[in-house]
Amino acid sequence: MAPKTKKSLTESFVESQLWRSIFRHGYADNSRNRALGVLSNVWLHLHPVRLPLHAVRVRYTWCMGGITFLMYLITVVTGVVLMFYYRPVGEYAYADIKYLQHDVPFGMIMRNMHRWAAHAMVISVWLHMFRVFLTGSYKPPREFNWVVGVLLLTFTLLLSFTGYLLPWDQLAVWAVTVGTNMARATPMLGHEGPFAELVGVTSRYDARSALIGGSLVGPPALLRFYVLHCIFIPIVASVLMILHFWRIRKDGGISGPTSLAALEGSPIRSSESSSS
Amino acid sequence: MSSEQTVDSAASAPASENGGAQTEIDAPKRKVRDIPRVHTWPHLLRMELLCTLVIMVVMVLWSVAIDAPLEEPANPTLTPNPSKAPWYFLGLQEMLVYFDPWMAGVVLPSLIIVGLMAIPYIDINPRGNGYYTWRERPFAMINFLVGFWILWILLIIEGVFLRGPGWNFFLPWQEWDAHKVVALTNVDLHEMLGVRNPIAISIVGAIPLAIYYGLAALYWKLKSQKSPVLKELGLPRYAVTAFLFLTMWLLPIKMLLRYTLNLKYIWVTPWFNI
Repeated sequence: MAPKTKKSLTESFVESQLWRSIFRHGYADNSRNRALGVLSNVWLHLHPVRLPLHAVRVRYTWCMGGITFLMYLITVVTGVVLMFYYRPVGEYAYADIKYLQHDVPFGMIMRNMHRWAAHAMVISVWLHMFRVFLTGSYKPPREFNWVVGVLLLTFTLLLSFTGYLLPWDQLAVWAVTVGTNMARATPMLGHEGPFAELVGVTSRYDARSALIGGSLVGPPALLRFYVLHCIFIPIVASVLMILHFWRIRKDGGISGPTSLAALEGSPIRSSESSSS
Repeated sequence: MSSEQTVDSAASAPASENGGAQTEIDAPKRKVRDIPRVHTWPHLLRMELLCTLVIMVVMVLWSVAIDAPLEEPANPTLTPNPSKAPWYFLGLQEMLVYFDPWMAGVVLPSLIIVGLMAIPYIDINPRGNGYYTWRERPFAMINFLVGFWILWILLIIEGVFLRGPGWNFFLPWQEWDAHKVVALTNVDLHEMLGVRNPIAISIVGAIPLAIYYGLAALYWKLKSQKSPVLKELGLPRYAVTAFLFLTMWLLPIKMLLRYTLNLKYIWVTPWFNI
């Protein structure tokens, strides 16, 4: 005859059928449930169950990779909101931005957050690369993930650059004009580049015109940059991000001083410091 | 009460040995096998949540306080002076002062990307993997720090704040005078040497560059048999490393030549100039 114990409100809640249908593991704070909490969660199982102590130290990681991803998420969410009100057409684009800023509820702050998060993402991705270099985390076995990271950094810049044109104001058009003018000078493929006459490219038919859909930054460029900005580059960057995060786990988790042990038996282990 | 009883040993051990764990991180040469580990939940996830909250607050405050810029509607007939690329590309735009667009705008940016991707394959020094160290990899550190902070960040800062109309140089307290007169005193190398024959011009300019990149071959010839590092590196890795190294340093060298000798181009050919 068991004594009748009174359940606390929390206990009855976390033992309810509803709760247990969502979280299969127990609620009690023990090692097993801590592990299951990560393992049995589709979002969290990106993480290992346990990780080295230095991995949770901000002074080792600087948190920059995570911040970069957070900035990406902010731009995705605010960007979707902006897309509801913005039309990438020469006649409408600028007016839509004005409408967003002055008439759409929370339109201004959505646009502000989108822009500042994009700028912050550029900075944080650079600092992330810088930290990864300082800790030598690109070294075996993480060489390929560094390559993926460099691609992601490039796509971050391209995302920001394609978005720069969309307000369709003087700042946007001339910054993109200056930026894309470089493509004119591509060797062989740009009409002002070296050896262009061998290929026969012209101002209407070269690397730059392929990029902006004409010989100057006009409405076709706006549409192209919009599609690149909202569809093509986010998809490519997302695919690379999945690869990047997955490879962290597959390459042995976050880098750390333990990696030295992993190098044992490697043919290049015995080399001297490259300074001598 | 219950949470205290059920704290697992894996999580509590390192918490009480923070000092011990830190010495292992700071003394990388020790083989760290039993590195202290903590549970992701709560140790990492709590940090991620905190970080997210702090950053979100910062972003919201920033977005409330400062509006994104919006200028006049696009007008293809009205070119602003100066016309600047987005700030993160101003290091590249700044390079246009020293190199032609095909070099500053296409070749060098491509080499930056390819060169960055090549780093793990040409830096075979196994030390400094997973911890901060200067001493164990000075060559890699110096070159990356110079490349990142000086040739990328500093040039961006210059491009954003110190370049005014006509891409002329202005100090922060100087007015951006669109009519600033700057004497065009830059001369090509062959002009300095008084060479006029068109064929000779192309040859004269090629010589210093051939010597510059030839230094790498010379160094390999002299050192490859003696240096265990170079032996380990092998010729293909060495060639890529040397090419990227010398090309990166071409920029500060050319900046120096510009400011000391008013050098415009080293090498002038009918097709391209460097």
